[in-house]
Amino acid sequence: MRLEPKPAPTLVETFAYPLGAVVVTFVIASLLVLAAGASPFSVFALVAKGAAGSRFAIMETLTRATPLIFTGLAVAVAFRAKLWNIGAEAQLYAGALITVVLATGALPLPAPILIPILMIAAMAAGALLLLGPALLKTRLGVDEVVTTLLLNFIMLLFVSMLLEGVLKDPMGMGWPRSPKIIADAQLPKLIARTRLHLGFLIAIVSAVVVWIIMKKTTLGYEMRAVGHNAEAARFAGIPVNSVLMKTALLSGGLAALGGFSEVTGLKSNLTLDLSPGFGYTGIVVAMLAMLNPLGVVLSAIFVAGIFVGADAMSRTAGVPSYIADVMVATALLTMVVAIMMTRFRVRWR
Amino acid sequence: MAETVLRLTNITKRFGPLVANDSISLELAAGEVIALLGENGAGKTTLMNILFGHYVADEGTVEAFGKLLPPGDPRAALDAGIGMVHQHFTLADNMTVLENIALGTQSPWSWKLDRSGARARIRKLSEDFGLAVDPDKTVAQLSVGERQRVEILKALYRNARILILDEPTAVLTPLETDALFATLKMLVAKGMSIIFISHKMHEVMAVSNRVMVLRGGKLVGGRETAGATRQELAALMVGQEVAFPPVEAVPRGEELFSLENVSTTPRAGGSALHNVSLSLYGGVITGLAGVSGNGQAALAALLSGTEKPLSGQIRIAGGEVSAWSPREALARGIARVPEDRHAVGSIGDMSVTENVISERYRSERFSRHGFMDWKAARAFAEELIRDYDVKCPSPDARIRLLSGGNMQKLILGRALDPDPVVILANQPTRGLDVGAVAYVHKKLLEARARGAAILLISEDLDEILSLSDEVRVIFKGRLSSPSQRGERSVQEIGELMAGHGIGEAA
Repeated sequence: MRLEPKPAPTLVETFAYPLGAVVVTFVIASLLVLAAGASPFSVFALVAKGAAGSRFAIMETLTRATPLIFTGLAVAVAFRAKLWNIGAEAQLYAGALITVVLATGALPLPAPILIPILMIAAMAAGALLLLGPALLKTRLGVDEVVTTLLLNFIMLLFVSMLLEGVLKDPMGMGWPRSPKIIADAQLPKLIARTRLHLGFLIAIVSAVVVWIIMKKTTLGYEMRAVGHNAEAARFAGIPVNSVLMKTALLSGGLAALGGFSEVTGLKSNLTLDLSPGFGYTGIVVAMLAMLNPLGVVLSAIFVAGIFVGADAMSRTAGVPSYIADVMVATALLTMVVAIMMTRFRVRWR
Repeated sequence: MAETVLRLTNITKRFGPLVANDSISLELAAGEVIALLGENGAGKTTLMNILFGHYVADEGTVEAFGKLLPPGDPRAALDAGIGMVHQHFTLADNMTVLENIALGTQSPWSWKLDRSGARARIRKLSEDFGLAVDPDKTVAQLSVGERQRVEILKALYRNARILILDEPTAVLTPLETDALFATLKMLVAKGMSIIFISHKMHEVMAVSNRVMVLRGGKLVGGRETAGATRQELAALMVGQEVAFPPVEAVPRGEELFSLENVSTTPRAGGSALHNVSLSLYGGVITGLAGVSGNGQAALAALLSGTEKPLSGQIRIAGGEVSAWSPREALARGIARVPEDRHAVGSIGDMSVTENVISERYRSERFSRHGFMDWKAARAFAEELIRDYDVKCPSPDARIRLLSGGNMQKLILGRALDPDPVVILANQPTRGLDVGAVAYVHKKLLEARARGAAILLISEDLDEILSLSDEVRVIFKGRLSSPSQRGERSVQEIGELMAGHGIGEAA
């Protein structure tokens, strides 16, 4: 079996391959559902209903999609420049942490001033966290996959330590959680009596801004050039290391906004289960979107829908909601194959 | 007449529009050494890769010991007794010599490596053929020459009876080369057949029984080495296809670029520069001749801005240069045509438009306040496609899809469009077809007529001699004194390329 490069994908192929990946994912998931003793069609119908069957379901899906858009964007930006940031999880917690530190009374400011300050602080924290791995990569050639991945565990344990110590809510009845943030720091709901909050809108705006950066600015051009061929980029006079640093700052900042938005929009405090792996799922989201920032919004909603829908389904059909994890993981694998097939023709023999 | 062990029949291989091998037939007898001679891009490596099953030929067959080899199956080639020593070694650095050699030879079902058996065989083989190497050292500890011995041992260990060596001396010191040749003689004495790929004449004369010359993908001649002369082979190798354009006299301008006693840091795969002084003048093409790996890469990197001098001074138009980078080089009006247009000169997965602006995307013309002006960029790409007669479907096509010649035209257009004062052309015509070669030469002469200073680095001596106003020879990182057009004969330049006389001249 050999791979031969092929011409640029046609418009049809651009959509057909990702769609094919999703179809294969459903086929594989069907087998697991059958193994669990249920009918795939009724299970998928329940998942779809749970994800988009009612106004409430749609709002839940969009709410769940919000942090995924941020982490998906963080990964898309970094991967585009071939900076393998696997640490969106840690950067998300860094953003959440600084938000909680500043928003629990340290800055008694009105909302229109406080919220932008919190956003900037969160982005700075996330960017700072990725700065270390990026510096190690550009100065010493240390593999960023290892450093960013391991920082996830360090960050989680650090947060855990703070929640058991200085950040522990005195009124928390012994639970490891931070105090609630002040009212001025909370993001308004987008639609009354739902959980959908302003963070979703910020996520959409971020996606558009990232899209503009990638397509229209010199920085976006530099990032793509470095990602596609760093040696040629260096030869052409593009400052590769400085581009990688800027990429790292942007990526870390975006992931951290996910933490900011979860705390200020949804949870109001920081706990260790703030993120059930949003940072890792962001990798799936970005890959499903083929690293396109606007595609990230759609794929985040899709992935969120599967999670939300699977939760609802498992309550009625008795199939474990872990099917969602399997589906998302399968989607990642099939998508990687699909991306490869848009670039290469497979020749058997 | 000895038995024929290997027979290639009408092998043809095309890569897109390029015919890399054009109906090549070849027979190798037992105990024979065939030298495959040809310039870079003549199709030698492609042919050997087909023979070894790395590529599948479009037409033709390979027969070893009377049996047809299935195409595209290296395993079958190995089993048939063909061993290949690649130009770039295929060894695992962190494993021992023994492990590297035994890798893949033992059953995957066996519990562990039969080390003592393997060690005994390796010892025996290395004694028999003068391939001294310690089986228990890790490959990372070995010198380049020793690594090559491991590669040869690897082939022998698998009972190879036909050995293919792809440019084996390119990385060796003269002493190691002599040792290699001694080993080859021993192998042949034991009935081994060898195909030896090279573009170095004296090696071919030293080791082979027969010489086959490849040019432009075709087998253009075969000679018994004993009866062949160097001149005859050289003529076959170069051919008369490329007609060089007439070079009109252009007044010599001022010194536009110079290096003063520049040395560079040691680099992998080639010499560094030692105390090199070089001046480039307006309206003058300075040709740099030399065997590859003698410091051309370091000199090119220096002009490109990708390398800084370790000591010495770069001057541009008489002024000293302090900060040095690719961006600085471009800003000072240096145009660069890199040696490797795929890995360095272009970004394959980006469009033609995105590639042609890569050196100037920050200029007023293509961006403002950090925002790209894609309209202007596209217009520029269309302009280059038209002016340089580039065959390409659209400015949005990925540059990877273009042929080498068309890609080179775009790189040339990108470099020459801003009217540079200094031009570095590093192997500008390597691997191009005749028409594209003539086009590149024409453009370089136009730039010369305009008053640009040009440094032409090439392994094609004819190209250098016909285009250059001034020739310098590089050997082990040192430059010969300059000679004007016609001042030194080809023989004299050849002597300098072999290192005779450069120590004194420099």
